[in-house]
Amino acid sequence: MKKIQKLTGGVMMGATGLSVVIIIAVIVIMLIVIIIGGKDTLSWKFLTSFPQDGMTKGGIFPALYGTALMVIIMSVAAVPFGAITALYLTEYARESSWIAKTVQFAVRTLSMVPSIIFGLFGLGFFIKFVGGGMDKIFSGGKLIWAQPNILWASLTMALLTLPVVIVSVEESIKAVPRDLRDASLALGATKWQTIRKVVLPGARSGILTGTILAISRGAGEVAPILFTGAAYYLATLPHSLSDQFMSLGYHIYIMSTQSVNVDQTLPIQFATTLVLLLLTFTLNFVAVLIRSRLRRAH
Amino acid sequence: MRPSEFFAEKIITGVAFLSIAIIILIFLFVFRETLPIFSGKAVKKTEVTSVKQETSGAAATYQNENKQEVYGGSEPEVQAAKQEVYGATSNSEDTLVSGEAGVSSYKEDESGEGNRVTVKGLAGKVWMPVSDNPRYGLLPLIVGTFKITIIAILFAAPLAILAALFSAAFAPRWMREFIKPAIEILAGFPSVVIGFFALIVMATFFQHLFGYETRLNAFVGGVAMALAAIPIIFTVTEDVMTAVPSTYKEASLALGASKWQTAFFVTLPAAAPGIFAAVLLGIGRIFGETMIVLMATGNAALISMNPFDSVRTLSATIGAEMAEVVFGDTHYSVLFLIGTLLFVFTFALNATAEFYVKGRLMTRLQGKT
Repeated sequence: MKKIQKLTGGVMMGATGLSVVIIIAVIVIMLIVIIIGGKDTLSWKFLTSFPQDGMTKGGIFPALYGTALMVIIMSVAAVPFGAITALYLTEYARESSWIAKTVQFAVRTLSMVPSIIFGLFGLGFFIKFVGGGMDKIFSGGKLIWAQPNILWASLTMALLTLPVVIVSVEESIKAVPRDLRDASLALGATKWQTIRKVVLPGARSGILTGTILAISRGAGEVAPILFTGAAYYLATLPHSLSDQFMSLGYHIYIMSTQSVNVDQTLPIQFATTLVLLLLTFTLNFVAVLIRSRLRRAH
Repeated sequence: MRPSEFFAEKIITGVAFLSIAIIILIFLFVFRETLPIFSGKAVKKTEVTSVKQETSGAAATYQNENKQEVYGGSEPEVQAAKQEVYGATSNSEDTLVSGEAGVSSYKEDESGEGNRVTVKGLAGKVWMPVSDNPRYGLLPLIVGTFKITIIAILFAAPLAILAALFSAAFAPRWMREFIKPAIEILAGFPSVVIGFFALIVMATFFQHLFGYETRLNAFVGGVAMALAAIPIIFTVTEDVMTAVPSTYKEASLALGASKWQTAFFVTLPAAAPGIFAAVLLGIGRIFGETMIVLMATGNAALISMNPFDSVRTLSATIGAEMAEVVFGDTHYSVLFLIGTLLFVFTFALNATAEFYVKGRLMTRLQGKT
């Protein structure tokens, strides 16, 4: 009896351990395959040159540039709104009030909305509604804004990454010690002054972490920009907000599914994937570093 | 001093409401684009003149009931109706159409489908939006989505839950601090990267392993989707398991239960509501995931129970077809309808997970049951 029990225990514990091993092994295999497949093609020249010969040769510079531009515009939109929402949730709202609860529920829901829905929303709201309205008012019906472009893609992505910013900033504001706030208020500072001079400086690293995580997320997402601004191939870089752009993730998608000769361009696909992976991992790693430094500081 | 305080508070509160507004706007605008399906093509023609708006609008509603019975009529009739429909979709021809708008709308309604899609049409078994006789049957897409979801969750849930149990109950502290971030790395993989890996590497590997015919199929897609769902299920489950009060475990151990008995018969049941919520969140993630299915499932809208057949999911359909449709077309509206379905479903899942966890788990762990 004892023996059987011990055996079952061993098997069951073994099963849990094996699960961990399987998951981690898959991650390692994925990393190794992508690194091996991409490392030979990856070079400085690959990063800084345009695609050539119908995208069968050359580099990925426009995709890198487009991704960078998009995440910058996205951050400009998402970070202030995210930070202010986090401020409201931590400083102004009473936790038990239904308003605060609704806002929190909305933020969580926003983080669960499928990314393709953001794409649809970008199309229906930004391009057709806002863009269409702008064209009607400013350019007399000429088609400028009512079509996919980098601005609408970035704003769509900003909605997607808003919860990331909010959660991160909220966490760091909560980490600002109560004593500091009390001291500031006791010295006669008003609430807004306290927030501006005490809370926000204390939460700076949280805002930075939130921005980095949002960029990492935004750089990797493809579904929201499928039909709000990403382009298959462009001979020139985008130079205004109403231009389309190329993006790393979208580049991987079209190269591996719609390219002229998928096998021939395989090294380029692997290298592009490697670049995207390195980019997101580096960003995530930096965010983790900042966060752990923040934890130690308090 | 006072006004600045006042305005700061008001502005901050106002901005905070934005996230609520966004959710509502997303629903409204995604849903708004689906409306033409329900009101029929008459709506498009009403843009021409205000007088006609009422007549044709009325005609459409008047014909509503008749039409459902007529639907399913012979194909030539439907095609004849369709040609007129295409003329009406482009704005430039509005003026041409306007002269006969009233008449033609009657004609179409008599001849059958027109630009309208009935509930019956949406429940059809054929998804063929780009053809001479477009069919918008959502059934194959829904079947495909569920097939992928089931395959993915069958892989993801056991693996993630067992791994979480190992991390929470058996692993020593140092190992735990390694396992958790290691598995969470998976969450950092952009879905297009997982899709790429599934498309190039996994598909070939599984084909060699099982020797089936279609290289890209539901199985490959499902396994790849499991990779996307594992980190969510793992993280939530692990958090819930570590939140189980240590008194539970101590009591069990004191009664002579062994470590694995405590883990499987005390910790696991105590965390059950949280695990349930974690699986729901995982399903939500799988349901809405687009890039992985778009790349790894073959995208053929078939109804079959064979896991090694190609499938096309709801989300992949939007992703693959939206870029090529005509704005305002029926096809366009149906894609938005699919979007509305996805949104409502994930919203419901999320709400269920949230309230279930908040309600059941918290009261249970605080010993109020």
